[in-house]
Amino acid sequence: MTSEMISNLYVFVLAGFVGFEVIRRVSPLLHTPLMALTNALDAIVVVAAMIIAGRQGTALSATLGAIAVAAAFSNMVGGFLITDRMVRMFKLSGRGRQQP
Amino acid sequence: MTTAQYLPDFAYIVAIALFILSLRWLSSPATARRGVLAGEIGAAIAVITTFFNPELVQFKWIVIALAGGAAIGIPLGMVPMTAVPQRTAMSHAFGALAAALIGIAEYYMRLPNISKFEMTEIALEVIIGSLSFTGSLVAAGKLQEILPQRPIVYRGQNYVSLSVLGLAVVLALVLIFQPVHAFYFLLMVIVSLVFGVLLVTPIGGADMPTVISLLNSYVGFTAALLGFVLNAKVLVVAGALDGASGFILSVIMCRAMNRSFTNVMFGAFGQLQVSTTAVVEERTVRSATPEEAAAILEAANSVMIVPGYGMAVAQAQHKVREFYDALTKRGIDVKFAIHPVAGRMPGHMNVLLAEADVPYDRLIEMEDANSEFPQVDVALVIGANDVTNPAARHDKNSPIFGMPILEVDKARTVMVIKRGMSPGFAGIENELYYLDKTLMIFGDAKSVVGSLVRELTGGHEH
Repeated sequence: MTSEMISNLYVFVLAGFVGFEVIRRVSPLLHTPLMALTNALDAIVVVAAMIIAGRQGTALSATLGAIAVAAAFSNMVGGFLITDRMVRMFKLSGRGRQQP
Repeated sequence: MTTAQYLPDFAYIVAIALFILSLRWLSSPATARRGVLAGEIGAAIAVITTFFNPELVQFKWIVIALAGGAAIGIPLGMVPMTAVPQRTAMSHAFGALAAALIGIAEYYMRLPNISKFEMTEIALEVIIGSLSFTGSLVAAGKLQEILPQRPIVYRGQNYVSLSVLGLAVVLALVLIFQPVHAFYFLLMVIVSLVFGVLLVTPIGGADMPTVISLLNSYVGFTAALLGFVLNAKVLVVAGALDGASGFILSVIMCRAMNRSFTNVMFGAFGQLQVSTTAVVEERTVRSATPEEAAAILEAANSVMIVPGYGMAVAQAQHKVREFYDALTKRGIDVKFAIHPVAGRMPGHMNVLLAEADVPYDRLIEMEDANSEFPQVDVALVIGANDVTNPAARHDKNSPIFGMPILEVDKARTVMVIKRGMSPGFAGIENELYYLDKTLMIFGDAKSVVGSLVRELTGGHEH
């Protein structure tokens, strides 16, 4: 076991608790946008994929990395786009309904 | 070491802080857009920072892949709201694919010197990533109705599925001690991919909200594990947040259906239907025409609409909004009671109604709705079925016994818009339809609501 692994474990547990507390407060109204947004945030794996695709390595790892970049980035772009579309639709009574 | 070397880390820390704020601001519709913006800025900071990573020696493929990703992502971000569940399943698949491929690339990169701990992390990451990838594809196929919605089951299914998973674990154990066997690694990936298919295929349409949430948490935990493999804390945090979110939603969905995780994953729901349908003898229902229904609605002070996925299938949400407007204009208090599993993913019904411009302060949760039903004049059920079945409260033999329901039967009058008397997802008769206070309005949801709107607005406008 390495010290890096232990420090990652600390981060994981703390982030898990932060996530739990923050997400528990999300209104059930917004659970679909929540899933779309966390998908987009999770697409941060794109940064790891970029390094695999662009670093000194074999053609195989560069190819796998490039596919991973495309897959993750499509989530990032699509996830933010659809989350924004969804949350913009939520309006209160008597507001924004006059618009065409 | 100079401070400059740590600049990327500072940038990633800023990104993480923005991610947490992003979720924090998503807590209410009023701040949600700010939340999306915070997430976007955080993601942009992280991606731009990565371009300056000294390990990078070539950028061509990165740029091409980013462009390709954007080309796939933009159309997937523009799908209609009814298609959001399958889009979400697709994005789980992409997320799992990316994480699994990175794990595979790392394995080949590090050969032949992989420590037992590294191999454990990589194996776990690749197994969960691979099974989430194919599992999500199957879920997307079911939601898109390319694959059958009904649970596909056969004798000894659970044993077959668990043996396949067991094989993947055995291969992983062999690799931990003998990481050089690249063939076993490949086999482990294939077996995990097969397990993902076996895992989701037997699950029926009614359980999709739970499955999609579970896959969400798997994908999150895969990303966190990848963070362990690569020692990248930004991935550990983002993965933990995503995993926690998926987990919370899974728990909410399971509770809303009164089921356990194991029951969802290993006990196909459709199996139980046979016993109950036989018991129901010929009973009479009262049916009403839209004209008769409109006359009752006009006299009401309060109306609670209970929308189900059938409403969305019939594309009736915009007509329902017109109906809401017509009643509101007459001074009638109209609210929408939303069951947690209404729709095909958590919160789906709210999005569908918000898209039709129904104000979100009119959408109320199950507990609040249930405390209001006894004072409601008319409860109008549109395209919902099992979530309104009073049998869940008292019939111990019913497969849905114990499931929290919307207690529409406590309203003074119940109206149900339905195509015919066919049972719902769970294949169970709904005794609500046979109550004396219940009026059935038979027909397609969209056209029935359309006629109600005409009755309420047309002709005798004051």
